[in-house]
Amino acid sequence: MKKFECTIKDEVGIHARPAGLLVKEAKKYESKITVTKDGKSAEATKLMALMGLGVKCGETVEVAVEGADEETAYEGIKTFFETNL
Amino acid sequence: MLKLSGKVVYKGIVVGPVALLKKDDQQVKRTKITDADAELARLGKAGEQAQAQLQKLYDKAVKEVGEASAAIFEVHQMMLEDDDYLDAIHNMIRTEMVNAEYAVAVTGDNFSEMFANMDDDYMKARAADVKDISNRLVRNLMGQEDVDLTDMEPSIIVADDLSPSETVQMDKKKILAFVTVHGSSNSHTAILARMMNIPALIGVPLNLDEVYTGMKAVVDGLNGEVIFDPSEEICAEAEVRVGEEQEKLKLLQTLKGKDNVTLFGKTIDIYANIGSVSDVGYVLENDAGGIGLFRSEFLYLGRDNFPTEEEQFQAYRQVVQMMAGKKVVIRTLDIGADKQVDYFNLGKEDNPAMGYRAIRICLKQPDIFKTQLRALFRAAMYGNLSIMYPMITSVEEVKKIYEVVAQVRAELDEQQIPYKVPEQGIMIETPAAVMVSDELAEIVDFFSIGTNDLTQYTLAVDRQNAKLDDFYNPHHKAILRMIQMVADNAHKCGKWVGICGELGADLELTEEFLRMGIDELSVAPSMVLKVRKAVREADV
Repeated sequence: MKKFECTIKDEVGIHARPAGLLVKEAKKYESKITVTKDGKSAEATKLMALMGLGVKCGETVEVAVEGADEETAYEGIKTFFETNL
Repeated sequence: MLKLSGKVVYKGIVVGPVALLKKDDQQVKRTKITDADAELARLGKAGEQAQAQLQKLYDKAVKEVGEASAAIFEVHQMMLEDDDYLDAIHNMIRTEMVNAEYAVAVTGDNFSEMFANMDDDYMKARAADVKDISNRLVRNLMGQEDVDLTDMEPSIIVADDLSPSETVQMDKKKILAFVTVHGSSNSHTAILARMMNIPALIGVPLNLDEVYTGMKAVVDGLNGEVIFDPSEEICAEAEVRVGEEQEKLKLLQTLKGKDNVTLFGKTIDIYANIGSVSDVGYVLENDAGGIGLFRSEFLYLGRDNFPTEEEQFQAYRQVVQMMAGKKVVIRTLDIGADKQVDYFNLGKEDNPAMGYRAIRICLKQPDIFKTQLRALFRAAMYGNLSIMYPMITSVEEVKKIYEVVAQVRAELDEQQIPYKVPEQGIMIETPAAVMVSDELAEIVDFFSIGTNDLTQYTLAVDRQNAKLDDFYNPHHKAILRMIQMVADNAHKCGKWVGICGELGADLELTEEFLRMGIDELSVAPSMVLKVRKAVREADV
């Protein structure tokens, strides 16, 4: 399992559209990708759960990647967070 | 054949099919099923249908309002594919053996409840999205038609009444006429009809159950009549008159490119009133000299969160660039009263026309105001932009606005963002502003008289109340004397004065306005050439 932390820079946090893009990105990989904030987790492939975390601008989330393609998934998802969120 | 009369808001005559806009009452009943697989298959089909509908809406929105605003439909598509949401529905169908409509409705309520309970306003607003997709699924399951105007052939829109956000969503090219049961001559349907040269009848005592989509109708905006299911004779006669009207319009077109000058050489500017970026086309088509009133509310309506500075900046910049150096007067936010927006959380008021609206919101919630001012100041770099503040009643209010302006300038300076402070004027639409217009003229760059509100406040007549239409007399001497007073006070200080209310397009008064020395009339795009004709024939 590989993990990274990321502080959200997007003005409105992980709102609907970026969450949707994240779901699209996460579905590309076999690995299970989990986003955690304050002990609450959501799978990155589940839009409403992800939005349900209510991540705001300036908050930090932990992203965990686990599975067969975790190397490529880790890189892909990390880049996604850095550029889009 | 069914013949009814109504009040005319825009003259003209058309023959065409009816498109009935009816708000469905979605009543979902719980029924027991025996075949869960068949129910899931129905659900699957409804989902596919929904995806296709949303794709169409997305494509249309991208073309008309840009990708950023269209994204909401893409999000709806993704929500419909959400595993948790679908699992919950599937589960319920299988374990409780209930119909798909019921399972969708209950699940939709549960999920939207989850968003509604979050402590973030943005996420709270997402509850509406979940409801929306669930309603869409239920509609598809029940075989109800989506109120979708994208595929509609050009039609006569028949409805109870239309809200501003509904009119925003319509493809204006597909509307032949409006026929509504409610609405007053100052409602949004009416304003839209005048904007687009579309015949419109309001207050038509129609039972919506008696008409249906696809039915033929004649809207005769000259006689104030609508005839559903007309006889062939009436149709043929109407077609002839449609042709005659088109001839008259062609004659008006010959006035394009001509000056707005009277027989005695007096000139006046004729500008246009618009409500969205896409209306700029109508402005240019009708040869207006500029935009005298750009209602910025469109940026705030029909959505569920505040427009960002960037979105606003792009819209303003686009308009001033399209107008290529011609004047564009943008009115700051005029929400409240008859224009309600959920995410402003304004609350119910007993007397909204005299309530928390327009500049009052901006001064009480300066963050909203500052975002708009920043966008406007930045866009002013790209063309001839002026700002106009609505609902002013005193010199003190203007001074308070200038304090906010100073803060915005300081912030932009500090961030080294390029901007320009444009010409700043005010709407004169309260009797109070009229009475102190001598003092106001000293501190603003121009006046624009909003005759709709000025009439309503002066005559104490609620313009949303159709019963009072007979008492709403904008030709009242009190109003005309006020206009004269405002014009004189503006000119004493060397400032210009315009009229941007409906009265500006009143051809019976054009000559009088010229005599009063009004510098500019801002009218619906469809009225520009008609007013020009009146000016050129004026004996002043």
